[in-house]
Amino acid sequence: MPLIPESGRAWLLDPTPASRMQARCGRWFRAWLGFRRNGLAMTGLGIVLLLVLMAVFAPLIADRQATTLQDLGNRLQPVSWHHLFGTDELGRDIFARVVFGSRITLTIVAMVAVIVVPVGLAIGLPAGYFGGIVDKVLMRITDIFLSFPRLVLALAFAAALGPGIENAVIAIALTAWPPYARLARAETLTSRRAEFIQAAELQGASALRIIATQIVPICLPSVIIRLTLDMAGIILTAAGLGFLGLGAQPPAPEWGAMVSSGRQVLLDQWWVATIPGLAIFIVSLGFNLLGDGLRDAGDARS
Amino acid sequence: MTARSLAKRSVSILVSVGLTFLGLTCVTFFIGRVIPIDPVLAIVGDKASNETYARVRAEIGLDLPLPVQYWRYLMKVVQGDFGSSVITSHPVLQDLLQVFPATLELAVPALFIGVVVGVPMGVVAATHRGRWQDQLIRLLSLFGYSMPVFWLGLVGLLLFYAVLGWVGGPGRLDVGFDDIVTPVTGMITVDSLLAGEYEVFWNAVSHLLLPASILGYLSLAYIARMTRSFMLAQLRQEYVLATLAKGLSPWRVVWVHALGNVWVQLVTVIALTFGNQLEGAVLTETVFAWPGLGLYVKNSLFNADLNAVLGGTVLVGVAFITLNMLSDLIYPLVDPRARDR
Repeated sequence: MPLIPESGRAWLLDPTPASRMQARCGRWFRAWLGFRRNGLAMTGLGIVLLLVLMAVFAPLIADRQATTLQDLGNRLQPVSWHHLFGTDELGRDIFARVVFGSRITLTIVAMVAVIVVPVGLAIGLPAGYFGGIVDKVLMRITDIFLSFPRLVLALAFAAALGPGIENAVIAIALTAWPPYARLARAETLTSRRAEFIQAAELQGASALRIIATQIVPICLPSVIIRLTLDMAGIILTAAGLGFLGLGAQPPAPEWGAMVSSGRQVLLDQWWVATIPGLAIFIVSLGFNLLGDGLRDAGDARS
Repeated sequence: MTARSLAKRSVSILVSVGLTFLGLTCVTFFIGRVIPIDPVLAIVGDKASNETYARVRAEIGLDLPLPVQYWRYLMKVVQGDFGSSVITSHPVLQDLLQVFPATLELAVPALFIGVVVGVPMGVVAATHRGRWQDQLIRLLSLFGYSMPVFWLGLVGLLLFYAVLGWVGGPGRLDVGFDDIVTPVTGMITVDSLLAGEYEVFWNAVSHLLLPASILGYLSLAYIARMTRSFMLAQLRQEYVLATLAKGLSPWRVVWVHALGNVWVQLVTVIALTFGNQLEGAVLTETVFAWPGLGLYVKNSLFNADLNAVLGGTVLVGVAFITLNMLSDLIYPLVDPRARDR
């Protein structure tokens, strides 16, 4: 049975929509139809959905106690039915730690996104809308931050503020916002002279109002696509910081830190280091596939 | 290019380089200031009287207004004075210069692999768009930039060193080969060739092989992806059709004419890749126990050696800025259209 009944489909694909709502839904539906044909993108969507589900339902999938429960008599057990991914050097169940680790990964990604998008928009929108000296100054600042080395700066930050998730997030966000500012500026410039903007101006709308109600909605799709593509990089940087011991602190089951702790036993107990690393790889691959697919769907629409 | 537009361009590049440098030092200065360790207390100890504390505080300039302190810091950095490392007790700059060749020895072959393999891969993917070659290359490069480099390094060591024994293990040389060659350039492969120590050379190569291939694969992934999308844009242009219609061989059109136009954009991508390798060195060098810039910064970090960490940050930042500047300067040399802008 199809997910959407035939009548609903006809309503969505109606070439002459009767309401704004119908037009909007129809546009999304067409984009989805294109997206659905892209096998790689659907794989990516599946991986990301699985990650989210795993994070939400972690307590149902694995035993929370097992993530920190040390059992030295049971250390470095190989992969088995009892321990799906084996146990680590303190006898903790790696499967449970990987499952709960998805929460840390998603938290970092979400926190970076929550900082980066508003900051990028706050810099990019005025630059594009007002132009002139405002544009020059704001874009210069953007360029400066764009040429900072992300990982090394994050290291220096962690050195000064102390290791931890919050500081890792601040450090990553500090170097991740400039592309969003550029994107928002570019999108603003393309619609700056559009007639609907002029109409709003003639009606006496303030700059703030025009930016918030007219321009932000135009920018959002490309910002979201960019964000999805960036997620993989953010995850890799965060995992790298964790690997160096500067991200989430033990005993938190952060994937990068888990890889690092498995290094000592790499040659004899390969699963301790490789399985959490595989999780990082799969998740970042998922975000990349999804982002690529979204970008292609976005291209086809425009 | 007219002399005037050249001058204008150089000035604008210099201004942007200068501003970026100011921004970078502002951040490192700020980081140095917010650190929870009190530098005065570290010198006088916690039993010192208030007068001693105040005197030392004034001596190292901490009582001055922040902008003045920043100015002093900036002047020192410009002269290459990052202070002394607490651990090695050498000036930080001397340490950095000593470890940098090791990082270069890794980054240069990796970049070479990235360009020599990545660019043709991108071209092939673009000319075979949608077919299996394209799918394969896209997947390969997708894997490359989704891969955590530290994990790939560990898996590589496990497989090619521990199980198969094809390559040398962590470090730059086997233990027995240490200190045979006196450093000239600091790059062991070059130094051993200069000294005629071929055994040392091959040993160094065996150690270099795995980390350089892994870094090479990651750069290749990015370069191939970018080349593909640049080439797709070129192949849509009308001149491609025109040259084909005039009877030029498709091979020549793709590899000479279309690729020739793409190089301009690739210069920036390659510079960026190189920069990423320098900063990614923190991770790769940790995995491979490679005593370069990355490992130095990381070790300093865990020994609370802030001068060394900030010095390393400034050095990598300056390398970034320089690479950006170089790609801006090379741009008009490769692309005649950019000359008269």
